[in-house]
Parts: sequence; structure tokens; C-alpha cells
Amino acid sequence: MYVIIVGGGKVGYYLAKELLAEPQHEVLIIEQNADKCERIAEELGDIVLRGDGCEAATMEIAGFGRADMVIAVTGDDEDNLVSCQVAKVKFNVPRTVARINNPKNQEIFQRLGIDVTVSATVAILAQIEQELPTHQMIPFLTLGGGLELVAVKVPAEAQVVGSAIKDLLLPHESLIVLLISPDGAPRAPTPETTIAIEDEIVAVTRRENEDALRAVLTSSA
Amino acid sequence: MRVVIMGCGRVGSSLAARLSTEGHDVTVLDVRADAFRRLPSNFNGKKHIGNGIDQDVLARIGVGDADAFIAVTQGDNRNVLATQVAKHIFGVPRTLCRIYDPIREEMYRELGLETISPTVMGANVLHGLLSEAPPAGEEA
Repeated sequence: MYVIIVGGGKVGYYLAKELLAEPQHEVLIIEQNADKCERIAEELGDIVLRGDGCEAATMEIAGFGRADMVIAVTGDDEDNLVSCQVAKVKFNVPRTVARINNPKNQEIFQRLGIDVTVSATVAILAQIEQELPTHQMIPFLTLGGGLELVAVKVPAEAQVVGSAIKDLLLPHESLIVLLISPDGAPRAPTPETTIAIEDEIVAVTRRENEDALRAVLTSSA
Repeated sequence: MRVVIMGCGRVGSSLAARLSTEGHDVTVLDVRADAFRRLPSNFNGKKHIGNGIDQDVLARIGVGDADAFIAVTQGDNRNVLATQVAKHIFGVPRTLCRIYDPIREEMYRELGLETISPTVMGANVLHGLLSEAPPAGEEA
């Protein structure tokens, strides 16, 4: 597969390195900064083109017309958007991936036809959120059909402590799938299982019901 | 008409001044406060400091209620992103976008944006002038 990476910063560099480890890929990085180009060439070989990855002339030389995939990972959302849009519209690149720095841009990128958007900011925030005690509900995984797999730790003062699962008023289409005791032992929930302090509850819920589920499992009496 | 102008450079500031004199409700946005010095002292529109490629900034300055959005920063790509956000996310009825690069300008025009390329326009005007007879007294 011929993959063109726009932006030779840290993300572009490590991405190229990973892709080059698989022999079936041909990789080219486009980078404007001469120093960065030199460093990439020294470490990864002759796989870098100096130029503007939004400029049609550079894109022509880079061979966008035969690229299977374009991945734009500069630090500027506007440059990533334009690279991918030009790749799609002018060069018919089948798959475009854009890095997004401002999470709010995800919607517009998708509406404008960028195939995949990757937000490091969102990934980092999600990871930090897991460590923040104030964010009690941790989103684990987005499942199909608007469902999410989430986890929440039951606080000591929560109303649900001591209740059996069958007595909980969970929001529509929410399901408790696993309980983890504070000592780390997993328990398969039955209708009779009672909820203890500091239990970690793993549940499936609809995205729109996340807040309601969090309220049921964590709010105090 | 409510008009939001992104970029208070030479073009943005003189357009803002003109529209404001004509009685339009003008909001100017620029990342640098000192850009507003280009506006005339009697400018009675609104001035906001902020980056127009940030949707939160556009929401805050009321782009959702604007009748027109004009992107005239120095960055083609910034103009392209902001204009598409104004058009597709905020539903601004009229959006205008300056793109220096003729190739990108043509492409975005084909994609349905109202764009202008000062590069093409300037070249056309100069080309036109050159093919006319020079003004009297300036013969080579």
C-alpha cells in the first residue's frame, strides 16, 4: 500500500517508522521544515519530500494520484483538513485520515468527507479522566448501535450500596455486566447480587442514558 | 445585515469600515488585538480577539445569527476551515472565502464555496493593463 503522511513531526515520524516495519507498505512523508526533513532522511532513509502538503504541485510530485491512503498529522487542523480534502477531490485518494487537535472539529471533518479522524486530545483527555476521581463514569468502549461500555466505582455514600441488582431502577437498555470487588475479584451479576461500597460496576448503556446511569449508581441518599 | 469578518488586515479592516458606514451590523475577529488599529476611529462595529477556526469562538461572537461570514486572514487553509464551519455548522446563509492559491481556490469553488483569489484577480488586472495603451506621458 502506498501511504502518504503529511507532516513530519513526532506523530508523522513514528507513524512512518511503524509503517515501514511492514514491508508491504511504501511510505512518503511530506514536511516543510528543512531540519525535520534532514532528520527523517537520516533516520528512516529517502522517504521524505520537502514541501507544502496542501499545494497541488507538491502533491503531484509526491504521487497523490496513486496513493492508497493519505494521513495528515500536522499540528494544525486547517492544514490537515485541506490536505485531505484536496487529496480526495483532486486526486481521488480512496482513504484519508486526519489528525484533529481541537476535538470540536471532528463533526465538520466528517461532514466534509474525511474518512477517519483521530484526536490525540480526546484520547489523552479520556485517559486522564479515568484518573480523575470527579469523573466517576469511565467510558471503555463504543459498541455498535449507540451503545457504550462504561465502568463506575460505587462511592461509599451512594444510595445503591446494599441494594440487590433486581431492585435497581436502571435507565432504558442499561445492563450491569460485571462487578469487580475492591480486592480485584470479578463477580458475575445475578438479580440477587447486592452492591457493596467501592465495587466497580461495568455496564452497557445507551450513550444518551450515561448520565442517568451514573446518577443511579453514584448519587447519595 | 449582520456581517462577521474574520481577519482584520488591510482587506478585512477596510471592508469592515465600509460596511459599517453603510449601516450594517459588523463584527470583526482577529487573533491579535493590535490588528484593530487599522480600523478607523469612528468604527462602531464590534471587535473580538480570538481564533476563527475555533468553533467555540465563532459561537461566542454570534456567527449563528450572522447573515454573512467573510474569511480574509492571511492563511488560505484557515479561511477554508472557518468558512466551511460557518456554512455547514452554523448555517450562515452567505459565506465568502479568500484563497490566494489559484488551484485551491478553483477546487473549493467547485465544491460550492464562494471564493475569490486575489492572485488570479491581480494577475488578470495587470495583464489587462499591459495590453492596453499606456497613459499619456508614460511611454517607454
